[in-house]
Amino acid sequence: MASAQSYLDQLFFGVLPYLALIIFFLVTIQRYRSQAFTYSSLSSQFLENQRHFWGLVPLHYGILVVVMGHVVAFMFPRQLLAWNGHPIRLYILEISALIFGLLTLLGLLSTLVRRFAFSKVRTVTSLADILLYVLLLVQVISGVYVAVMHSWGSSWFAASASPYLWSIITLDPDISYVIAMPFAVKLHIVNACLVIGFFPFTRLVHILVIPNPYLWRRPQVVRWNKAPGLRR
Amino acid sequence: MDVRSQIAMVFHLDKCLGCHTCSIACKNIWTDRKGTDYMWWNNVETKPGTGFPTKWEDQDKYKGGWVKKDDSINLKSTDKKRIVLNIFHNPHMPSMDDYYEPWTYDYQNLFNAKEGPDQPTALPISKITGEQIDIESGPNWDDDLGGSPIYAKNDPNLEGLTEQQKQQLFAIERLVFFYFPRICNHCLNPACVASCPSGAIYKRGEDGIVLVDQKKCRAWRSCVSACPYKKTYFNWHTGKSEKCILCFPRVETGQAPACFHSCVGRIRYLGVLLYDADRIEEVANLPDEELIEGHRSLVLDPHDPEVIAAAQRNGVHDSVIESAQNSPTYKFVKEWRIALPPHIEYRTMPMLYYVPPMSPVMATQEGKTINHVSDNLFHDIDEARVPVKFLANLFGAGHEAKVVYALRKSKAVRWYRRAVTVGDVSMEDAKKMLGAADCTVEEAEEIYKLTSLCTVEDRYVIPPAHREEAIEMIEDPHCHRQSVGFGFVSGPRRGA
Repeated sequence: MASAQSYLDQLFFGVLPYLALIIFFLVTIQRYRSQAFTYSSLSSQFLENQRHFWGLVPLHYGILVVVMGHVVAFMFPRQLLAWNGHPIRLYILEISALIFGLLTLLGLLSTLVRRFAFSKVRTVTSLADILLYVLLLVQVISGVYVAVMHSWGSSWFAASASPYLWSIITLDPDISYVIAMPFAVKLHIVNACLVIGFFPFTRLVHILVIPNPYLWRRPQVVRWNKAPGLRR
Repeated sequence: MDVRSQIAMVFHLDKCLGCHTCSIACKNIWTDRKGTDYMWWNNVETKPGTGFPTKWEDQDKYKGGWVKKDDSINLKSTDKKRIVLNIFHNPHMPSMDDYYEPWTYDYQNLFNAKEGPDQPTALPISKITGEQIDIESGPNWDDDLGGSPIYAKNDPNLEGLTEQQKQQLFAIERLVFFYFPRICNHCLNPACVASCPSGAIYKRGEDGIVLVDQKKCRAWRSCVSACPYKKTYFNWHTGKSEKCILCFPRVETGQAPACFHSCVGRIRYLGVLLYDADRIEEVANLPDEELIEGHRSLVLDPHDPEVIAAAQRNGVHDSVIESAQNSPTYKFVKEWRIALPPHIEYRTMPMLYYVPPMSPVMATQEGKTINHVSDNLFHDIDEARVPVKFLANLFGAGHEAKVVYALRKSKAVRWYRRAVTVGDVSMEDAKKMLGAADCTVEEAEEIYKLTSLCTVEDRYVIPPAHREEAIEMIEDPHCHRQSVGFGFVSGPRRGA
């Protein structure tokens, strides 16, 4: 009995992350090499311009902050624990994290409603989009649930989830950190792996082509067809 | 001096008859695909009118082009800071409602309808959703609606006209309009290029054609807002921006672009202009009233030995310089100065120029004779049915002088030719007019020839593309033998 459970744990927390990461890297790179044309955010603002704002803006700003929070907790667990040493700082962090989590959830629900309420936007919705919505909904709802029900996440993430993630990165998976966690947290982790594995098959690839060079390039772009030698 | 060559265009509005053949030629070649169905890379607008997309010239609404601020110019729709904040939702982007929802008709119903008391009809269905729609707008929706209260009266160019002038434009039985064909201007200071977060839009160094790299476009949509002429369009199916490519595959093989080639009124001219790329920034910063002259000063004399030497130093091929020397565009823009850029106040430095149109002649009637000649030989320009102020808003950044100059010269040439061929005008009067319009007899003859007797070779002086100097020819094609095709060969599949 116990061994069946431990096999499942091993599969979900010891194998699935690697599977997801392998798919993520291989497919993303291959898709960029062979089908660069398909790398697009596939914006539908042109087809519906009013509700777009109320969905896309909270969703993106919310998710950016939340993901950034996860990354910081993963990268600097000790500093985070030190920061949380003062209760007031812990409260501020927890509340703002929850606010941005809720912002993400509201934005996601708003885009979901928009996508299916407007027939023009519905026609440009693919099967991948629908699957992605399901995964993201599970991810965001489980995240917000964990934030509300299992408080002080910023501290226990740094204490337990961070070492687990590091053990994955260093190819020495130690699942003992996570098997004791509540169901919602486990769901959040497993679903995160699914999102990462499914990522390269969706429009999420637009995250990888964020236009950072814009900030420092010259305003005008000229391309020459002649080789520089012939151009003198 | 950084001399570069640009394929530039002139549209002679006096000759445009509004037949839309250009639009159809373009549509059939480039924009009959899914996602592009609403696009008109070439369209012909009725002026006064609201145009396509509706009221595109209203930059309070669309925030297109550049604005002068202190010592520099900024994009009106965005800048480096705002682009980051607005990347998830572009606040000034037009939506499909500003263009129109493309549709077809349910023709099957004509055959498949059940037998009944009424004739079956083919109802309009949306080309996007496939559902039945009520058509509210379409291409050329305000075609020929010169005096209409919904369209013509909302033309942004009416700003600054007196009530009397407006009434004159819209008076029943005297209302007047002209046609305004538009394609991408392939600007020297393109706002679309400057706004693209991905750097996907670029100007070709050799001929100045502005293109969107379809593999680098990520649908951030900035170009659609930034272009003040609304000539970059969003393909809602592939999630990529598209625009007029000046038919570069045709131009590179020595053929005129499709809209030029098909032009029934022969209003279009195409040829190389040599310009000084070093001075673009300086000229784009000039105050409004100096923009037209500044823009013109960017264009260099292709016969000037210094210019030729600088062009050669820059790698402009001799055959391209020769092409510039024969360019009809150069004559209209620089020698005769009768072609003007549209809305130069947007500061994108367009490379498409327009010869402003003459209005119908206002004649005075004395008894049974109609008198065209008054002491003021140019009275019909000052009292034209289309007020000069309107044309000045369109072609002179609101300043009338350059437009009046072009109109006076056009009129003087007409009267001179009338004196030569018909003879009911005295040559003395005609020459007086030429003199007053800053035009010599030789120049008048040249203008007349290139306007009225022009052949295809006169109108389109297309520079050789010199593909043999292109980068891909310097790479050894044998390296890629049996592995790849030519260029971008996979179909434009929508991403997921």
